[in-house]
Formats: sequence, structure tokens, C-alpha cells
Amino acid sequence: MAATPLLDRSLLFVTGKGGVGKTTVTAGLARLLADQGKRVLACEIDAKGDLAAAFEAHGVGFNPVDVGGLSLMHMDTEASLREYLRIHLKIPMVGRIGPVARAFDFVATAAPGVREILTVGKLCYEVRERHYDAIVVDSSATGHIVGQLTAPQAIQSLVKVGLMRSQTEWMLDIMSDPSQTGLIIVTTPEEMPVSETLSLASEVADKTTVDLAAVIANRVLPERFAPRDEEVFDAITKKESLRLVDEIVHAPTEEVFAAARLATTLRRRGSAHLVTLREGLSPSVPVILLPYLFARSEGLRMTVQIADHLGEELL
Amino acid sequence: MAKEPASFESLFRSREIVIACGPGGVGKTTTAAAMAATAAATMGAKVLVVTVDPAKRLADALGISGIGNTVMDVPSKVFKNAGVTPQGSLSAAMLDTKESWDALINAHAPDEETKEKILGNPLYQNITSRFIQSHDYIAMERLYELHSSGKWDLIVVDTPPTRNALDFLDAPERMADFFSSKLLRWLVAPSRSSVVSLATRPFTQIADRILGTQFLQDISEFFLSLESMYGGFIERARAVQRLLAEERTSFVVVSSSEMVPLREAEFFVDELSKRNLDIGGVILNKVLPDSLSDPSVHATAQRFADEREALVSALVSQVGCEEDVARRVLATVSSSYDDFSVVAERERQSRERFSRSDAPVMNVPYFDHDLNDMAGLLGLGHYLFPHLKK
Repeated sequence: MAATPLLDRSLLFVTGKGGVGKTTVTAGLARLLADQGKRVLACEIDAKGDLAAAFEAHGVGFNPVDVGGLSLMHMDTEASLREYLRIHLKIPMVGRIGPVARAFDFVATAAPGVREILTVGKLCYEVRERHYDAIVVDSSATGHIVGQLTAPQAIQSLVKVGLMRSQTEWMLDIMSDPSQTGLIIVTTPEEMPVSETLSLASEVADKTTVDLAAVIANRVLPERFAPRDEEVFDAITKKESLRLVDEIVHAPTEEVFAAARLATTLRRRGSAHLVTLREGLSPSVPVILLPYLFARSEGLRMTVQIADHLGEELL
Repeated sequence: MAKEPASFESLFRSREIVIACGPGGVGKTTTAAAMAATAAATMGAKVLVVTVDPAKRLADALGISGIGNTVMDVPSKVFKNAGVTPQGSLSAAMLDTKESWDALINAHAPDEETKEKILGNPLYQNITSRFIQSHDYIAMERLYELHSSGKWDLIVVDTPPTRNALDFLDAPERMADFFSSKLLRWLVAPSRSSVVSLATRPFTQIADRILGTQFLQDISEFFLSLESMYGGFIERARAVQRLLAEERTSFVVVSSSEMVPLREAEFFVDELSKRNLDIGGVILNKVLPDSLSDPSVHATAQRFADEREALVSALVSQVGCEEDVARRVLATVSSSYDDFSVVAERERQSRERFSRSDAPVMNVPYFDHDLNDMAGLLGLGHYLFPHLKK
């Protein structure tokens, strides 16, 4: 059976090593889905505000705000707990939440899985209630994502009875269904991000029930020269030719050529890492390439550009 | 540009601990290894580098692949192969969270029975492998242990990738808070006596419905068995905290000049200063060549583009290629310059913000290969310590 296309799934977790552009890609993906007319929720787990910055949005919190036709929220486990208690126990947590939340926070610190389940539970709840067509999650970085994706299992192994235990079943159903849920690993064509991506991919396969929907290689430098062009480039940068060029331009041009040399070197280094990436992944996992954007700044404009490039690859 | 390049060198001569911190993906691990290797090679000091998750080839280069938590001496042969006779010595250790926790329990459990009880508890298994902050805490705990062994003149620490830049700094304090908290005592109370404290009742009632009594009991039992060790945890957490604040410890913030990492690095510098911790300097990796943001080179690039047709006709006869190939190559050279100069200009301006702060800033260029052997590390090191003779 063919895998459900990325854009048709309802819950997409996006992860990646720090610094690879995970948040920008999450934002671009959410933007693309919204452009397709879907009701989209984009959620930042770490709530550092980077996702909001990618949309140039302000005032984002646990309650979603609308940014250009999509909803944006920050995960907040205490707010999630409050919502949970209100919905499931019918406890109006107005005055009480302080000490209870602190105590809960304490248990969550001591017992792993509890905090994660409040995060994953909230997202699965939104999927189950069909409040949105697609939820795109700017998840934890590579080191913590497995803990997050296996929160229902962690709760099942630690907690034998109680409300939370009984609710892990339907969460697992959603998380384990590749037609609904998918994980996207963002990487760059560099040594460490690629090697972390490969070890994460196998860890995800071994330990989680979540389907690895795609790997997105971000900041891929364009190929500058065809092989024949590169020969000519090398010939031009030889001393005699370069002197000729300098005479015509009336200035030393070596440093102008150096930029092209740098571009070629970096591209070549990246290509080797991309080969490692492709070969190290199961052939069924699509690798999507996003070009390096020589942009003046980050923010909404870059998000839109990323969305356009993703659209070219995915539509 | 660096304000006081020499101060990096004096930093490494005067401190006992240098902690490399900063955002992920900027070459922090490589930089920490390079600083340690260069200090060992040139300063006649006994240096230890504690790394978290080195690339395989870097680990191979240091001879620490698959060694887990043990400290290994980097053989002097490794330096010789890089053409260097080390003045001092280099040791390396990797940080394995699980092993470090086991070692900690083994070393500090009061008796065999408690030890077995803790190590066998399912919560313990979960805490050591999943508990996010346990990683940060154990890194600090391990640093304390290595430092107090007195075996090294200088310890260079690569910090674990954190969710939040400050997690590892706060970890000892949080651990101390955790173990001295009233809540922990409340939590532990039910398994001691059947009389549940009045104060915990609203909490236990709710928690019971959500999580079930068994789970709460598991937690209590786990913390009860750990109880004899609380004192030690708190004591060492405080000691680490003091060690970090003392003058013999310095922090080096590592970043690249890209926007997001740089913003995080700035935040880091602010937080370190707020806490009165010593900032030894800022290292910015992967800095593009100055020429890309040099106005006179911009002008040359502009004329180079304007004269394209003249250049094409001259080069066709000089190089002996087709006209359209020459035109295409020259256009590509121009566009490469334009593309990279946008980035270089943007990054240069971001870097200037750092130069205004007190910390010395050191720019390290893009290297044209991945740095994963000793020669490469020493090459990077010489950018950081420009006054040292090779």
C-alpha cells in the first residue's frame, strides 16, 4: 500500500538537530497546508517563540491565535493540565490550580512521560475532535523526540490504572496510524546533522510506533557548475587568465572568484553528506531537498519562500 | 574582529575549567576538542576534554570511540601524526548519562540492598534514560567529580544540547530544590504511614483519579530508597554551583553568525552576566570571508559583471572554450558572489553587536573540509590562539 502523502496527514511532528532550521520548515509546511485551504494548527512545543517569529506573530499562547488564516499555539503543560481536568474531571480549576499544578509539576519532573503525555495528549485530542485538518508540531530536538513520541507507552508501562492510563489507548491509535500521523526529520547536508538523522531514524523505527513520513534536507546549496563549466572555471582562475580578467576589470578579481570557489566547495561537501543520508535511510522514506535561501533576514518572507519550495516538491 | 586575541590564551593558561556552551549545530563539540587539544599541545598542561556526543570520526581521532564513561589518554602518537610534539597531555572522556547515573548510585548508595532497589526500580530506568534534566544534572555532577580528582590542570567541557540554554546551569540548583522540597516529603509520606497528610489530600485525590494509587506508591518507594542519598545530592549540587561561580571557571560561548544561533548566543551571554559568571569569550564559527562584505570588492564584482562581454571575448581565445560556456561561468561567478555577500553582510552586522560587549569575540572561518582529525583540530585551535607558535 502506498504511503499516505505528507500533506494528507492530520498530525505531523517536525524534529531535527538544533540549528538545522526545524522551526522555519515547520512554519513553511503549516503555511503550505493553509494555502491548500486546510484548517491548520501550528504548535511550538518549546514555546521559545521562534515559531511565532517565523510568522511575525505576537501574543501567541496556549490559546491559538490566527495568523494569516492558520492557528498558532504554544504548548504549555500546565494549561494543558488545566484543560484536561476541566474536560475530563469536570473540575473547575480556578483557585485550586496553583498548588495542584505545582504538585503535578513535581510528579511530572519525577516521573517521565507525564509532562510529555500532556503535550501529546493535547495534540491527539485536537486530532480526535477534528478541530483542524492538519496539525504541524515544532517538536523537541532530536535528543528528546523519542521520549515525546513514546509518552503513551511510557505511561502504560508506569501507570497501571487510572484515567490517564485508559486514555493512552486512543492516543496510541492515532500516533501509530501512518495515514494520520507522521514524523518529519529536518537536517542539513552536514556531517553531524546527517549522522544524527540516521541514528534517529533507526531509533524511531525501533522504539516508536510513529511513521517516519519524510526527511527534509534544508539549506542545500545549488549546483553552480556543470562538469564542463567547472573545467572552464578552473582554467579562468589560472594565473595568466586571471591577470587578463584583472586588466579588463581594472582591479584584482581574485576575491570575486573566491566566492564561487567557496560555493562549489561547500556544495561538494554537502553532496557527499546527502549521499550518506539517502543511502542510510530506508528507500521508502522520501528525502525532500530545500535550497539554501540567500535571504536578507528570517521571518514571514522566508516562511513563504520555504512554503513555495515545499509546494514545488510536494504538490 | 577580535578585541583581545591574547586573552583566549591567557584564559586557557589561568582557568581550571572552561565550559563551552551555546546553541546546537554550531560546532561546539569540535571547538571544545580543538581548544583542549591546542592547550595540551602548546601549554605544557594536563588537559581533559569532556565531550557529550562527538561525531564518530572526531571520537576516532581522539581515540575515544565506544569508551563510554571512562577517561582515556589520547596517545601522543595522535599528535605526532599531526606533526606536533605535545608540551602537555590530553585526556578525553565521553559523557554517558545512563552510565554516569549508575556510577553515581554505585558510589553513593549506603548499602547493597538500597543500591539494588534503586537500580532495579522501573522509575529509575525511566528517569536515567528519559528524564530530560537528568542529563544536565549528571553532566555537572560528573564535572565536579573529575575536577575534584585533581588530576588535570584544565578541564574543557562540552555541554549537552539543551532544550533551553540555561538548563544545565540550573540543573544542580533544581536538583537541590527537588530533593529538599516539601512536596517530595509529602509524596514520600503515604508509604510511611497510613495517615495521609491533610495538606496532600486535594492533590492525592485528583492524582489518584488520573494516575492511580499504584503509580504514586511506586514514586514514593523510589524516592524513599533514594532518601539516604538526598544529602549528598544537595551537597554536591551546591558545590558544583559554587565551582561554576568561582574565578577558576570560565564560560566560552560558541555560536555561528547565523541569525537564530546568534540570537540564542546573545541570550546566553546576557544570562551568564546576570548570574555573575565569568564569560571568557565568544567564538563564532563558520564566518564567511571578509572580502564578501568589503565595499571595494563589491565595486570590483560590479565591474566584473558589467564587463562580462569583454571578458567573454578575451577568455574564449585565452582558455579556448565556447562563448556560451564562458558567459555562463562568468554569470555564475557573479551570482555566487552576490548570493554569499548578502549572507556575509547580514552576518557581519549581527556580529558587530557582539563586539560591543565586553567579552572578546573570536571569528573562525569556514574550513573547506570537516574537522575530524588532530591536525584539523589544531588548525582550528591556532585561530583561537593566534600568538602561539605552531
